[in-house]
Amino acid sequence: MSDFSKRINSIYNNTRVRVIFFQGATIAILVVIFASVIVNMFANMERRGIPVGFDFLSEEANFGILQTLIYYTETSNYVRVFWVGVINTAVVAVAGIFLVTVIGFTVGIARLSQSWLMVKLTIVYIEIFRNIPILLQILFWNSILRTVLPKPTEPLKLGSNMYLSIKSLVIPKLAPTPLFFVMLGLLVVLFVAIWYINRFSKNYLDRTGKTIPNITINLGLVGIYIVAVVVLFGNIFVIVDPVPSKFGYTGGSDIILEFIALTFALSFYHATYIAEQVRASIEAVDKGQKESALALGLKPSFVMRIVVLPQALRSTIPPLTNQYLNLTKNSSLATAIGYPDLVSVFAGTALNQTGRAVEIMFMTMAVYLMFSLTISVIMNWYNKRVKLVER
Amino acid sequence: MVERNYQAENSAFKELPDRQSPIKETSIGYWMRANLFSSFTSLLLTLISLFIIAVVIWGLLDWTVLKATWTGTTQDACDREGACWIFIGEKFLNFIYGYYPQLLYWRINLVVILFTLLIIPVTLKRIALRKRLLYGSLLVFVYPVIGAALILGVPSITCNVSDPHPLCYVPTTKWGGLMMTLILSYVGIVVSIPIGILLALGRMSNMPVIKMLSIIFIEICRGVPLITILFMASVVLPIFLPPGVEFNKLVRALIGIIFFQSAYYAEVVRGGLQAIPKGQHEAADAAGLNYTQKTYYITLPQALKIVIPSIVGTSISLAKDTSLVVIIGLFDVLAIVTTSAADSNWLGFDSEGYVFVAFIFWVFCYSMSRYSYYLERKYGIQKH
Repeated sequence: MSDFSKRINSIYNNTRVRVIFFQGATIAILVVIFASVIVNMFANMERRGIPVGFDFLSEEANFGILQTLIYYTETSNYVRVFWVGVINTAVVAVAGIFLVTVIGFTVGIARLSQSWLMVKLTIVYIEIFRNIPILLQILFWNSILRTVLPKPTEPLKLGSNMYLSIKSLVIPKLAPTPLFFVMLGLLVVLFVAIWYINRFSKNYLDRTGKTIPNITINLGLVGIYIVAVVVLFGNIFVIVDPVPSKFGYTGGSDIILEFIALTFALSFYHATYIAEQVRASIEAVDKGQKESALALGLKPSFVMRIVVLPQALRSTIPPLTNQYLNLTKNSSLATAIGYPDLVSVFAGTALNQTGRAVEIMFMTMAVYLMFSLTISVIMNWYNKRVKLVER
Repeated sequence: MVERNYQAENSAFKELPDRQSPIKETSIGYWMRANLFSSFTSLLLTLISLFIIAVVIWGLLDWTVLKATWTGTTQDACDREGACWIFIGEKFLNFIYGYYPQLLYWRINLVVILFTLLIIPVTLKRIALRKRLLYGSLLVFVYPVIGAALILGVPSITCNVSDPHPLCYVPTTKWGGLMMTLILSYVGIVVSIPIGILLALGRMSNMPVIKMLSIIFIEICRGVPLITILFMASVVLPIFLPPGVEFNKLVRALIGIIFFQSAYYAEVVRGGLQAIPKGQHEAADAAGLNYTQKTYYITLPQALKIVIPSIVGTSISLAKDTSLVVIIGLFDVLAIVTTSAADSNWLGFDSEGYVFVAFIFWVFCYSMSRYSYYLERKYGIQKH
């Protein structure tokens, strides 16, 4: 082998040279792609006669939106449309997360119950709902509700002051009084008290080996608070009942049917994953943990609460948050049934009207990315905190 | 179970009487007592489930069977009290083949038969691994090309309606139905997995630039809903391409799906790579293997074996997610059913259509998940 080819060979086999070469080449290729994308974008937009930039946001939108929780009229600009969309997405996400947690945990625990029939029933529910596309489920709920419910002119009366029809569920409007804020303050006090009682009872147990019935005390406090809220409900809120009038209702607030269909479909779909996760994490706690806790003479209720659940929780929380995120992302399928979420009003109607595809898609994706990144940063921090310390 | 609480003051142990040996009972009464009403909560749960089962089963049976209409040819035959299965029967071929010319259905059937012939040897345990790998690679590399060519036909021959040439050209706008769903799922899975593996290796790489780029790609694709990526592919991608270069809708949808899904596969594979003990890497290094050899012979095979169940799980989500292409105007099985229910001859039979599509998806997804469960047990992958 000649001297020259040896030198080439040694450069070729040098890891550092290779690393720099590979990465340099990747960057070069990406720069070329990006440059051509930008050049093409300006050329294409000019050909279509659409300027590039975010100035369109201050233009008038000129279309109505079915559900607006902030001030919005047809003369509002596209920034308002964007925020209406973001808020509508957030509302579905919050309602869905609440409902999915309740359903998911209930089913997950029922899945581990002693009743054979209940166990089989939950398995059937999980296997059916998780193997059917969520879009289909949303369409199905929407179509079923529309078939079953009566027309707006002859609504179904729920209780004395709620009306359900294919258009919406009309519920009484609740306006908070000063007492509401007092009760809110008391709620904070309640949380602090519970936290303090728990800490005190743990310290007391560590010092003396005797237990204080902290759970009973806490449940009692919460019970008193709930009773107070129920008794004083009429004083905490001013209740404005909806009154049927010629066109719709005066007073009261509307919950549109699309919202109900979407929230239920999303919750029933994602609850199957949460249920399986809850079961898996309780079962994943090593059997020896439970057995040794029992062998030490701990009461079975204690075994569950201070030995099994804390360990199960550690593996439940990350997938749980993952499901919350997936639910939020899947809420974008609202566009299929016309619920005015971010994708539907902003990436849908606003995009069609202005033609500013790049800017609008950029903003829409940025919103979802913000949600995801925030959650994953929190999750990483949490995982580090609860991770088992291994050598 | 003995539930004793030895408190601090009972320091001296008291001897307990011996426990009786467990009674062996196998009667139905015993089973019911143990599994249905062993405690008050259990009894309550059993009663609740009985109630739910009664209500749901009765409602479903009433609608799908008892009050349903099974015979007839037009919507007038249905009384709308129960399900109208004539709708499904009349539109069935549409749901499966989309708007594909009826006289050319055999081409699609041939593609399906070819798939079955190739997949059977891959899953059979009896055949040597080497042969199974051969069939597998045929399925991944050669089959899609043959399949696409067969379904598409020869571009220079146009189809006439009454007597089409057997190899005439059927544009992708005529594709649809279950066939479209299967094409999207299959191509999505076959192309996304290799890209996902590369992305996972990129994310685990020592090269900072490659690592950073992989992370950015994966996190962006996983952080946004699929529907926005499909919008990107259908609305924004044409703007980014040079004037004159155009993809058809199907290709754009596939690009969107592949971007999205490869990021998910990447995270699954990364999970597997991270689960491999450090010793494997160190041993490979010590044996003098270079990066390619180490990845190909040592780390990747082990990682893939661990993540087979998760890969199947991700593939199931992909199959379900293909239904979203309706939003950018492709006619998969769900879209065809929705459109058919808006047909003036068959107005308002959405529910029947949805039940039908739900059943199709359920059969596919459930059998895939059962297969993954089987693989998991076969390869002895322990959860803990």
